[in-house]
Amino acid sequence: MLRKTRIFLASLVGIVMTLMFLDFTGNVAEAFGFLAKIQFLPAVLAGSMLVVVGLLVVTLLWGRVYCSVICPMGILQDLISRLGGRGRKNRFGWKPAHTVCRWTVLVLFVGLIATGFSAVAMLLAPYSLFGRTVSTFLSPLYRWGNNLLAMLPESVHDYWLVPVEISAPAVATTVTTTLLFLLVAVLAWRGGRTYCNTFCPVGTLLGCVARFSFWKPRIDTDRCNGCGKCARNCKAACIDPKAHRIDASRCVACFDCLENCPSGALKYTLPLGKKGVETTTEIPKSGLERRQLLTLAMLLATGGTSLAAEKKEEKIKFDGGLTKLVPRETPTRTVSPTPPGSGSPEAFAQRCVACQLCVQGCPNHVLRSSDGLKTFYQPQMIFTQGYCRPECHHCSDVCPTGAIRKITESQKETIQIGYAVWMRDQCVVLTDGVPCGNCERHCPSQAIEMVPSDPTQPESLKVPLVQVEKCIGCGSCEYHCPARPQSAIYVEGTVVHTEKVSEVQEDEIGNAA
Amino acid sequence: MERRQFLQTLGPAALTTAAVAGCAGTDGETSLDNTPIPTDQMTYRTDPHTGEKISLLGFGCMRYPFRPVGTGENQEELIDQEAVNAMIDEAIAHGVNYFDTSPVYCRGLSERATGVALSRHKRETFYIATKMSNMSPAARSREASLAMYQNSFKELKVDYFDYYLIHSVANYEIFKARYLDNGILDFLLQEKAAGRIRHLGWSFHGEKSFFDWMMSPECGVTWDFVQIQLNYLDWLHATGRNVNAEYLYGVLAKQRVPAVIMEPLLGGRLARTNYKAQKMLQQARPDKSAASWAMRFAGSPEGVLTVLSGMTLPEHLRDNLRSYCPLEPVSEEEKKLLEQVALTLLEFKTINCTACDYCMPCPYGLDIPGIFLYYNECLNQGRFPGDKSAPDYARAKRAFLAGYDRHVPKLRQADMCIGCNLCRPECPQFIPIVDELVNIDKFVESLRREG
Repeated sequence: MLRKTRIFLASLVGIVMTLMFLDFTGNVAEAFGFLAKIQFLPAVLAGSMLVVVGLLVVTLLWGRVYCSVICPMGILQDLISRLGGRGRKNRFGWKPAHTVCRWTVLVLFVGLIATGFSAVAMLLAPYSLFGRTVSTFLSPLYRWGNNLLAMLPESVHDYWLVPVEISAPAVATTVTTTLLFLLVAVLAWRGGRTYCNTFCPVGTLLGCVARFSFWKPRIDTDRCNGCGKCARNCKAACIDPKAHRIDASRCVACFDCLENCPSGALKYTLPLGKKGVETTTEIPKSGLERRQLLTLAMLLATGGTSLAAEKKEEKIKFDGGLTKLVPRETPTRTVSPTPPGSGSPEAFAQRCVACQLCVQGCPNHVLRSSDGLKTFYQPQMIFTQGYCRPECHHCSDVCPTGAIRKITESQKETIQIGYAVWMRDQCVVLTDGVPCGNCERHCPSQAIEMVPSDPTQPESLKVPLVQVEKCIGCGSCEYHCPARPQSAIYVEGTVVHTEKVSEVQEDEIGNAA
Repeated sequence: MERRQFLQTLGPAALTTAAVAGCAGTDGETSLDNTPIPTDQMTYRTDPHTGEKISLLGFGCMRYPFRPVGTGENQEELIDQEAVNAMIDEAIAHGVNYFDTSPVYCRGLSERATGVALSRHKRETFYIATKMSNMSPAARSREASLAMYQNSFKELKVDYFDYYLIHSVANYEIFKARYLDNGILDFLLQEKAAGRIRHLGWSFHGEKSFFDWMMSPECGVTWDFVQIQLNYLDWLHATGRNVNAEYLYGVLAKQRVPAVIMEPLLGGRLARTNYKAQKMLQQARPDKSAASWAMRFAGSPEGVLTVLSGMTLPEHLRDNLRSYCPLEPVSEEEKKLLEQVALTLLEFKTINCTACDYCMPCPYGLDIPGIFLYYNECLNQGRFPGDKSAPDYARAKRAFLAGYDRHVPKLRQADMCIGCNLCRPECPQFIPIVDELVNIDKFVESLRREG
């Protein structure tokens, strides 16, 4: 019963989360966003104490059920393991814990985050690895299928299915994801939950707590006939049948063993008292107590929030200046702007787990995966196919880590993530001698004024003048600029996002009066 | 999908002229008449100068189908010669003998494609019309104009032109700059005397006073024919600076100058009318297409020599053949009905684009006719997201925006118009193109803003 419930819940979560990353309309992500927000690392980074404490409490009570029914990577590994072991029973066996490896990875992980290499650290994070896997491999297939299906209704001018763009994947990110996924997949295919119990930082951390969990599978030594069937079907390799011992720090609470035991000696219960033993006896080398472990987790959780707060205090620095002229596709920006709600590019880089949820759902094709080292796989803003439209705040709705905090539509109009820079020698007004002003016409914050190109000649063709204090850096001008190959006006990100004092709307004046 | 492809996939839904686009269903457009088309029933008109019989259906060579050739960076679009050959063969088999082209049609490829297709037939079985299309300033010099003239012989593989036109003149200034100052008119008159031009005429989009002047003795030239825009909408309700066709035709009929008709379907706008007009027409003749009404109207006046229809698909040709094999002239009652239909068409604030492509290519990448076609089609089919309180407003809005993105690639949409106005003088319908694009952009933007 427990096992069936676990499988049912895990399938449900697995399917919904996969759809979440596939659905380019963003509807699934918005409806089931909570599934991403209760993921451990995102919750820590988002500073959602409630979620973090909740997950720790759940683990303390029932063991690592998180790893079985909430973590999508865990669910995916179970699926792969199941496929790998088709028809073969008794294929696992007890193995001692790779304690050193586990702790080294965890320390390295925290260290990388602390030193600003979040994006690299996140390569190992389970939730984002899942997101990247789905985005890299399944999403193109899904979109292709959608486009195929869309041909039919489109031929009769119905648009309930709309064809979507399938962007070509970047080499570096695709290769990385492929390798990492293959590694995890091979480990899962052969050995079940090896990744979770050897590399996964979340697994290690939760394992510390699970060690002390109240409910856990326990062996009733009186009933046990020592057949070892439980161990040979344990994908976490955490049952030592000879010693009648279960390493609860590695047990992912899948309940397979309960159903495999021919003599009913395995029970998922509170401590059995003297009669049946067997809690963990393998004390971690660090020797941390349960209370200390909780404190550690708390510290980690709060650390994420304080990081962002620190950066906000820095002074606004406008680098400005014209950067090297480069093809329109990738203007060289001193600071790459990050979505409104992220506070600052640095805070964003620290918090983002690069799960691709926002990239998959961005309706304006602005967010794309970065292949820069410090921002590896994190979204970056590109304005060649669209711009960050004023009415949209989808990424802020779906971001589970708080890297992009939730903003409202009115905030969207006032948060400055960058400012436009005009490049005189690229502007078609001067190169082609034609009137233009397309940047000015499409500026949602009226930050561009057209002024005579020759100040002494009021009738001369007009060129844009950017009022930096009004500009929010949405990229509309860069997108609408006709100059090729470089846009004559492009967005430069600001080091820290600021919220402008919003202009009082006319209707508000009316209301006040 | 690019517009050309789109038009081709739309297939039989559209009748005559490529101009069809939209968010709307295709119902109501397809001819229900599937009977074989007789090959010996074409209505002919007699040229008063030579007594030659000209088929009432003239093949317009401005809207040939294109197909992509090559891949990736090197991909370009070329005329689908095989499709053109097949259509022209079918037309000739049904008695069509008048072919109207120009050096500037179809990205400058029309004359060659027409020449290739017609060179497979005996020269005396067809009459060919081409033009002095020296509109662009670079083509206006005497040398450039002469080169254009000579090149037409080469492209069309002929040594005489049956009909030759002074192409699209709107007013005296343009006429003077293109034909008087460079002596080209005199040259063309010499060519006519030499027999290499058998009929000299001109085509008109423009000011009434200029038309009158051209037809007056002051002009000093006796025109063998004049090409005018005539259809049941332009008959009494010409748009832009165009002149009502009733007047133009009246002048020509009075002087017994044969009228060659262009835009009988307004680039497809009369083939795919709005749903109200469609209903009126279908109730009167359930098995006939909307296009057939317009073709019959244009062909009915006796002074009409031939009616040119630019045809992209075999279906266009067949529907037109059905209308003229033989012609059943519109009765007085039917004329009244068509006037009612015209008034219905005017109720819808569509843009008067005939997709002639004269404004293209836009140096900044816009698909101007594609945008207008899509906009019109949505208006005509009542699929315009107008009334916000309507129960299906959200759906209509979504369909409108999705269809827009599908039919016009994002970087070719109205918001990319920089307002340089280079297209304005090119439009024979005198559409204020930039203003219309800005209006569409504003409308689309307002829809998108709603989220």
